[in-house]
Amino acid sequence: MPAVIVGLAIVFGAINPNFWSVTNLANVSRQMSILALLALGQTFAILSGGIDLSVGSLLALVSVVCAQRMKEFGLAFGIGAGVLAGGFAGLVNGLIIARARVPAFIATLGMLVTARGAALVLSGGLPIAGLPREFLTLGAGYLGPFPIPTVIAIVAFALAHVILSRTRFGRYVYAMGSNEEAAVLSGINVAKYKMLVYITSGLFAGVAGVILTARVISGQPTLGEVQELYSIAAVVIGGGRISGGVGGVWTTLMGVLVLGILGNGLNLVQVSSYIQNIVIGAIIVGAVWIDLARERRQ
Amino acid sequence: MTDAPTLLELRGISKRFPGVIALNDVNLEVRAGEVHALLGENGAGKSTLIKTIAGVYRPDDGDIRVDGKTALIRTPHDAQALGISTIFQEFTLAPDMTVAENIFLGREPLRFAPLAIVDRRALIRHTRDVLASLDLRIEPDAKVKHLGVAQQQMVEIAKALSLDARLIIMDEPTATLTAHEIERLFEAIDRLKRRGVAVIYVSHRLDEVKAICDRATILRDGAYIATVPVASTTIDEMIRLMVGRDLQDKFPKIAVEPREELLRVEGFTRKGVLHDVSFSVRRGEIVGIAGLVGSKRTETARAIFGADPIDGGRILLRGRPVKVRTPADAIASGIALIPEDRKRQGIFALLSVRENVVLSALERFSRMGLLSLRRERQRAQQFISSLRVATPDLEKRARDLSGGNQQKVVIAKWLNTDAEVFLFDEPTRGIDVGGKIEVYRLMGELLSRGAAIVMISSELPEILGLSDRILVMREGRICGEFTRAEATEEKILNCALRGAA
Repeated sequence: MPAVIVGLAIVFGAINPNFWSVTNLANVSRQMSILALLALGQTFAILSGGIDLSVGSLLALVSVVCAQRMKEFGLAFGIGAGVLAGGFAGLVNGLIIARARVPAFIATLGMLVTARGAALVLSGGLPIAGLPREFLTLGAGYLGPFPIPTVIAIVAFALAHVILSRTRFGRYVYAMGSNEEAAVLSGINVAKYKMLVYITSGLFAGVAGVILTARVISGQPTLGEVQELYSIAAVVIGGGRISGGVGGVWTTLMGVLVLGILGNGLNLVQVSSYIQNIVIGAIIVGAVWIDLARERRQ
Repeated sequence: MTDAPTLLELRGISKRFPGVIALNDVNLEVRAGEVHALLGENGAGKSTLIKTIAGVYRPDDGDIRVDGKTALIRTPHDAQALGISTIFQEFTLAPDMTVAENIFLGREPLRFAPLAIVDRRALIRHTRDVLASLDLRIEPDAKVKHLGVAQQQMVEIAKALSLDARLIIMDEPTATLTAHEIERLFEAIDRLKRRGVAVIYVSHRLDEVKAICDRATILRDGAYIATVPVASTTIDEMIRLMVGRDLQDKFPKIAVEPREELLRVEGFTRKGVLHDVSFSVRRGEIVGIAGLVGSKRTETARAIFGADPIDGGRILLRGRPVKVRTPADAIASGIALIPEDRKRQGIFALLSVRENVVLSALERFSRMGLLSLRRERQRAQQFISSLRVATPDLEKRARDLSGGNQQKVVIAKWLNTDAEVFLFDEPTRGIDVGGKIEVYRLMGELLSRGAAIVMISSELPEILGLSDRILVMREGRICGEFTRAEATEEKILNCALRGAA
């Protein structure tokens, strides 16, 4: 997979040298940061044997909550409220999945529809403008040479990596995804850790939603459509197993890079966005197919 | 039997997979009307060989002859056309369809030629004929999912017969059957024999092989060892051929003097499942629980472990009552469960050996919330050496290990906790002879360290060979108790079937 990414970069760079420009690289990484954060949350959900279809809609709900609270109570409060809104929606997902035992696919599908509806109701269907100018820094600013969203995504990757590889929670996520029944019989409190999984996914969506709100400097109830599907694609393209137990931060990073570089590169070489969809769709299926074929041969 | 014509002949079959030679120059000859056992430890190549005959794999070398003519078996369909049917351990029936629909799946009798409407009446009639020829009382209209395992297996056999099978391969057909069901299966096999149908019978249970097979072919490490007449070969000789060495003792029982009582179960009751189950186990003691499949032995173990709720009863550990509502409570009190279905309930197939071994005691490997991979590795290494787990390294995925080694990994997981009471549910199911002995040794070691063991097993020789005391369960009740000295197979079976000691 790293070879594919390098290959893509070389091809796009050869066709359009602008690909390697600092401005472009900064841009790509900034655009990718939203997908990266959603995909990290999705990584927890999928690794544990579940899925979180609500993350795209949560971007919209978070955006609306963040903008409204910010206008009322100020910058910091708005940011906090946005992130927490994501976490709260994740908690609701977790309760429905772990306590009521509704399959994750259905529970989060419900949240996908509900959160979108809630965002539209809260905002009356209209964008919420008039946010403080300083807020724009979060979306458009730089820390040294790096865009701030990129820095946040990198920190999130590091954090997720530590959680997944070095904490009990992380180990239990893998265990549940590998064999839930054995996890129960090994004394793991599966209900509790499933809740944590969806709260984590919701919090990542919360951070992503706040950054996205800052980039467009307004609350938007229509943000994030089909983003949940791209986040799933990012997890599996890199080699994450759709039914859980295999994958991690690195494989998700690979998936995010492939999707991000592909989108940007196809733009630069002036492939129409209609055709881009066809290419990306084929790549999602192709990458997983190759992965499975490799595994079968072993 | 010796004069019966040769039906299937394999000569010099070899099959290589990347990194392993699964079959090396293997021969097999099966005659019409013969029940031919295929024996070998796990990994000896039995599965590969039957998959080669069934058309799942293609051999790299060698000849397959059917009726003396070279046969090309490239797909399962080819095998079927030659009259070869295979009944795998995992059945291939569609659970939501009826018995009749399953037997004639893809070959339904049709009416109104161009419209191809299924002729339901003919379908039922044909099904009745097939079932009757096996003397089976199964309704053609019954949905397969409503049948028990044994009946589903009979449906598979009926399906094979309806395909005009002349050779039926049965892969561990008795693994999940009760003693009574096994008898029915043997009757069915007898009927097949009389019709001249040949059976290749794969099983770890040598007493069964002794009971129904005519000849046995033994494989070891992918190589052909011998073909022997079953009647004049003892079980010990067969084992010797399988493992390539003498096994002095099939049940190495470490003599440990039982000490004080460790676990006492009092009046365990769960409506419709368990009825006033009470017993106790001492340190250094193995209490075996025998009974038919469905006698609620597994449910008893799960209830003690807190995996299933109970309506009444209590547990005393070291003389004091303890509350066990969840597996986590049980583990904290020092109880461990080694479940019957290793793949579904015991092993984390996708996790590494290391991750499996430390999973139930992660708090011991974490400092300030972070796991120490170095300490995990040290600990796991210690266990895989002391338990002699055969794995190239700690990071190997558990699914790549053999059944016996997986079982050791599951046991190792509990050695990390403070477990003193070990509930073993079918501890050696699907494990080969050598692996079994290793598991028994391990149980002996646990005893000498002061542990108490409750062992559920459907293999009577295992129960008789290892237990200090034997409880027999029937329909959720304990219906009999025997000391090691007084127990016999007859007594236990009698009790399990009729409920009287």
